[in-house]
This record gives sequence, structure tokens and C-alpha cells, in this order.
Amino acid sequence: MNLLSMIRGHTTFAHGGVHPLEHKKETAGLPIRRLPFASKLVVPLSQHKGAPAKPIVKVGEEVVRGEPIAEADGHVSVPMHAPATGRVVAIDLRPTAEGPKAPAIVIDVYDAASQQILYEEEVDILNLAPSEIVQFVKEAGLVGLGGAAFPSHVKMLPPAGKKIHTLIVNGCECEPYLTCDHRVMLEQTDALLRGIRIAMRATGAGHTLIGVEDNKMDAVRTIRQKLSKNDAIEVRAVEAKYPQGAEKMLIESLLKEQIPEGGLPVDLGLAVYNVGTLAQMGELLPRGRGLIERVVTVSGAGVDRPGNYLVPIGTPVDFLLKVAGVDTDVNKVILGGPMMGMTLASLDVPITKGVSGVVVYAAGDPDQRDRKVYPCIKCSHCVDACPMRLNPSMMAQLAGKREYERMESEFHLNQCFECGCCAYVCPSNIPLTQYFRIAKAINRERPALAS
Amino acid sequence: MARPIEIRTAPHLKRPQGVEQIMRNVVYALMPVAMFSVWQFGISALVLIVTTTVVAMLTERLFSQLAGRGNTLGDWSVVITGILLALTLPPGFPLWMAAVAAFVAVALGKALFGGLGFNVMNPALVGRAFVQAAFPVAITTWTPAFAPGRFTGFIPSTLTVPFMKPESVTPWIDSLNIDGFTGATPLAMQKFQQITTSTNDLLFGNVIGSTGEASAILILLGGLYLAFRRMLDWRIPVGVFAGAALVATPLWLMNGELYPSPLFVALSGGLMLGAWFMASDMIASPVTPWGAFLYGALIGVLTVLIRLFGGLAEGVMYAILLANAASPLIASWTQPRVYGETKRQEGGA
Repeated sequence: MNLLSMIRGHTTFAHGGVHPLEHKKETAGLPIRRLPFASKLVVPLSQHKGAPAKPIVKVGEEVVRGEPIAEADGHVSVPMHAPATGRVVAIDLRPTAEGPKAPAIVIDVYDAASQQILYEEEVDILNLAPSEIVQFVKEAGLVGLGGAAFPSHVKMLPPAGKKIHTLIVNGCECEPYLTCDHRVMLEQTDALLRGIRIAMRATGAGHTLIGVEDNKMDAVRTIRQKLSKNDAIEVRAVEAKYPQGAEKMLIESLLKEQIPEGGLPVDLGLAVYNVGTLAQMGELLPRGRGLIERVVTVSGAGVDRPGNYLVPIGTPVDFLLKVAGVDTDVNKVILGGPMMGMTLASLDVPITKGVSGVVVYAAGDPDQRDRKVYPCIKCSHCVDACPMRLNPSMMAQLAGKREYERMESEFHLNQCFECGCCAYVCPSNIPLTQYFRIAKAINRERPALAS
Repeated sequence: MARPIEIRTAPHLKRPQGVEQIMRNVVYALMPVAMFSVWQFGISALVLIVTTTVVAMLTERLFSQLAGRGNTLGDWSVVITGILLALTLPPGFPLWMAAVAAFVAVALGKALFGGLGFNVMNPALVGRAFVQAAFPVAITTWTPAFAPGRFTGFIPSTLTVPFMKPESVTPWIDSLNIDGFTGATPLAMQKFQQITTSTNDLLFGNVIGSTGEASAILILLGGLYLAFRRMLDWRIPVGVFAGAALVATPLWLMNGELYPSPLFVALSGGLMLGAWFMASDMIASPVTPWGAFLYGALIGVLTVLIRLFGGLAEGVMYAILLANAASPLIASWTQPRVYGETKRQEGGA
């Protein structure tokens, strides 16, 4: 526990967590800048959890910035909107960050287009019925912008018999390097608060807690200034400690409560939203617009002009990096933060709704050097670091023996959300998180094979 | 622009503290203790430490080669074994016997199980247990600290010809003309004569005993340094002293004449060195937080029971070896309660 945070009364989750070097200074002070339009934008139909969207445009058709180009397919799905004015030149398979190619709408952007958003209608959003607001949220194509990309409207509808009483707003941004949420809280405070009030109305929550890590006290102050006395919205500083921004950890930090194993925040009457998501909600919904751009942090030792860029959805990473001045000697490009993000095999992949950052490491970065793997020395650092209080050392032993089912039945493997703390601290350099990811994948396959 | 070449899965960051660094720091933490023992017992202690360390390293090198693991000296763990072993032996222990102890420690205590990370018990103590059984006289032959001429000559028994019985040190001790030297350690004096050594003498090492167990304060400082850097689980020494106090306190309160005070129990003999540097052997102790504490407590309880009610004056070594053996069981009983688990059980009940 950080003594300074403790003295200041900033709470944190009860167990584990790590303090990697933050590397946030490089970009935290830089205002959000608009990225120019790339000549081609690739809009994947699946940028979210759930069913992919269905295209409603054809190849050769002209689209206007902000116009819907794909519709939601079912309840857990969201529509897509044209991120720029141009012509649809292809609807086919394109590379994704995850690996396999997936269907996407490719738009040739008109050079001379004004890129003014023509699709917009004023909506008196706060005077609508909750169910109507939920519909607007869905039509805006909003998903969790913190990285999970879960459709936002789904979380607004609690299952039968459950009620949401409190909204938890996640402004932790605990991943090193990333500062986009920090900038959003500073620069889009009004939109954020508007988004919170919309979400409160839609969910029926009577109270809101905004959790912000105490390395962003300027954001805490900025938000607090805009709140009235006895406001139903409250902003609280929590200790800066990774993975504070994981919803289970943040809920424990703010409320001292734990989500039951296998359960969801709604079981405790909570709905959790990222600040970026709510800022977009507050920005888009009153105007009847859809989500077509997001703030992305570009940082790392390999970047000449690091910063926070407002990036049209579908912009190829290649283009973004060129604008940010990435030199040629790059050895690793990570989508997201370095603790949970994924490395890219191809820079042709587009920025999607869930991408919060691009971190670039230059060749020879000491953080990325190869390390010798030793046998487990049972130092218990991983046990101490696991925020879910799992026993990574024991699970890794079982993984070595391929006893994946025991890992799940006896050691709660599925409670692992792959935050990476165990692998981060392991002095033997054992790829613990990676083992667990594989074990979970194999366990997922198993019932499918049996049936 | 060149294409990125490295494809790996998260996390992409790593805390710099590695196995080598942890092991090296344990060696650093042992240095003041080792240097004090040389100051105390002279060149005999120095060559004893060098002998066990070198033999331990050679044994490790030999067996890692035989096992096809290449050179494993780079992880520094065997250096700890070598130094620790010497610190648990009497200062005048014959070098050839010390070499046997070091060989057994690494060969039987470590290499046999698969090397670093796989030993069931603390290797240094395995080596010591072996020579305790093999050479019962030599391992209980104590020589005075701060003897004159300790930097110019050896304790006579040190240079015993291999496979020969060491010559008696009694004439040599007599020749030193030290007043009141009985050849008994504070523990033996307490156990058999109810003579308690002063706390000051115990803290600052003004006592006789094994090479490295004398100065409680230097051991404590080294241990605290490691605990502070999280290279040692503080719950283990805390558990040891809690367990020792748990048994020693009521007995002392009942009969302060016969039984030693908890403070004496903590500071005398090998308990300090054992608690901070041997019980805390990461590999042979449980990884679970409560397990570490219970394991420590078991060592404390067993040590006091052996000391007060067993045939031996000292019991730390057997206590640790027994607890090492129980460690996997303790770990499996003390699995931490996972986040969100309580609620589920309440729901099921």
C-alpha cells in the first residue's frame, strides 16, 4: 500500500496489484489533437463483444460522414457509422489485431470533402423515457471505450429481478503510457457529466461514483468544480495502482464489496462505465449522432510526436503512426496498454472502438529484452501480486502437467482476468499469464468437443 | 517503415527483480554475518566458509553438467547454500568433514530433486543433518570466540587430515588461558545448568556456538534488509518467533528458574539465523500467505519443544527440516480465499 495515498484517504482494492513505471508524463500534458483522414478507412463489422453488425450499404455507394453503414444484429450488437465522407470500395475480409481476417467495410475517403457531419438531429435526451434512451445509446453504436468494447446499452438493462442503484464511472486508466481518459476528463468534462446524467436516467441509478487514480488529481479537481453541493454524482480519488481500472478492483476500492464469483456488477446493483464512453454518450446522444471517432494515446520510446489523437474509427495503424512520427527502427507495436494490450503482426489493422492506445517500442528497448526462464522458486511474489487472490504459482505447476481442469475446479482459473501482475513480478520470468490464457482457451474447447 | 517483428502476448512489461538478483542479495545480506564470524573466530572460520562454498559450487557444476542443465552457477543459489552451511558448523570443524557436508547438501539436498526450484528441504540443513549424524563429536566441539592469535593460526581441529579423527582441542584451549571457558554454548548452559547468558552478549555475539549464529543483531539487520526488499517473506520469521513465544512464554511464567525467557529463546542458538535465512528458503516453504505464517510457527514450536524437552540442546535444524517436509501439505490447506468466493458460499448455504 502506498503510504502517501493512505494518508490522503485514497482507498484501494484489498490485495495485490503492482506499480510498473507509469510513463504517462510524455503525453498527459498534451491536448487532444485531431488526426487527418487517411485516404482509406477500414471499418470492421465486429468491433465489439457480441454479434457483428450487418452492412446496409453496397460496394460503390457513396456515404456521408456520420451516416449508418451497418445495423445491429440482435440485442448484443451495435450499428456502425461512416467515419468519413467517401465511397464504399469493398466489403470483404481484412486483417484484425486478433489475428484472423474479419469482414469490414472499406471506404475511399474523398479528398475534398468538408467532412462536416450532416447526420444530426437535436434530441431532448434527458426528457425521454429510459427505454428510449437505451435505444438511442444502441443506435449511436456505443461500446465500452476502455478496451472491453462491450455494447453500452446492454449494461443499462438489468436482468429481471435486479435493479441498478449506483453508477460506477471508471476514470482510473491504470495501464502505463495511456492518458486518453485523463485528457477526456480534463477537456470534455461537460460531455462526461452530461453522459453520466443520461446513463443515470437510463439505468435508474440514483447515485454515481467516479473513481480516478490519484496520479490524476487535476482531473479530480476539474470534475469536482463542476459538481453542485449534494450532487448525486461524487468523484473520489483512489490509489494509483495497477490494475485499479479493472471493474472488480475499482468496485472493491470504492465500495469494499466484491462481485460474486461468476457474477456481474449488476448483482451488486451496479453498472460500470468508462469515462471515455460516457463523454461520447454526452456528446453524441443530444445530437442524435453515432460513434465515429475516439481519442487514442500514441506513446512509447519509438514515437517522435507522442500524444492524444482524435482518430476516425477505421484509420489504419500505419497511418496513425506516420502522423505521430514513428521512426523505422520499431520492434514492437502494442494495441492498448503494455500490461494487457496485444502486439500487432500487421500495421494494416484499423483503429477500432475499443482501442485506447498504441504503444511503440524501439529495437533494443531494455524493457523488452529477452530474459532467461528459471524454474519456479516459490517466492510467492505472484500470490502477493494477484488482485484476485489466486495462486498463480500452483496453477502454473498444474499447467505444466496439463491439468487444466483442476486449475479451473480447484484453483478458480476462470476468476483470472489476465491483468498480467503475476507474470510482471515473477523473478523466474515464467510466462504465468500466458499459461492461464492457454489453459482457459483449452477448457473452453473441451465441452464443445464432448458434445 | 520496417514491419514490427516481435509478436508476444501480454504483459509486455517486467519488473527487473530476477532470480539472480534475489539470490545475490541474500548473499550480500549474509556478508556482515560471515565477516563478523571471521572477526570472532579468525582464519579457521574464513577457510571453513570458503571450503563449503567452493565445494558446494563444484558439486552444483558437476551435477548440472551430468543432468544436462548446463552451467547453473549463474543463479547464485548454490553460493547461499555454501555460506549458510559453514555458518551452521562449529568454527573449528575439520575442513574435510565440511567438504563432505557441502557435497551432501548440494548432491542429496538439491541436485537429486532436480536443482533450483525443486529441492524439498533446505539443502544446507540437509548437509548439516548428515554430518550431525556422521560426526557427532566434531559437530559439538565448541571453541572460544576472540581467542588470541586467531588471525595467525588455525584452530587445531580445522586442518585434520581427511578421513582422520580430529585431534582434541582441549590442550589448545587450555593453552589460551581463557577464564571460565567451559566449552558449553549458552543453550547448553541454560539447559543443563540453568545459567542464562546476558541479552547483550547474545545480541552482539559475545558467545560461543556455531560459526555464524553468534550475532543476533547482524542477522536481524540482514534479514530486515531482505524483507524490506521483498526478497524474503516476512511472515516466516514472524511466524517462527510467534510460535517459539507461544510455547516458551507459559513455561517461563510457570517456572522461570528452569525454563528460559522468550527473549533468551529468540536470541540464543541458531533460531535467529534459522528464522531469517533458513526457514525462509523460498523453495521449501509454502507460497500461501497464511501457510507461510503457519509454517514459521511450526518451526518455532518444534524448536522450543526439542530444546526444552528433547535430548539435544539445539533443535532449529530438525524443526526446519520437518516443517520443510510439511510445507506442501500446509500450502494445500491454506489456499487463499479468492476474490468473490465468500459470497458464492453464502449463496450456496
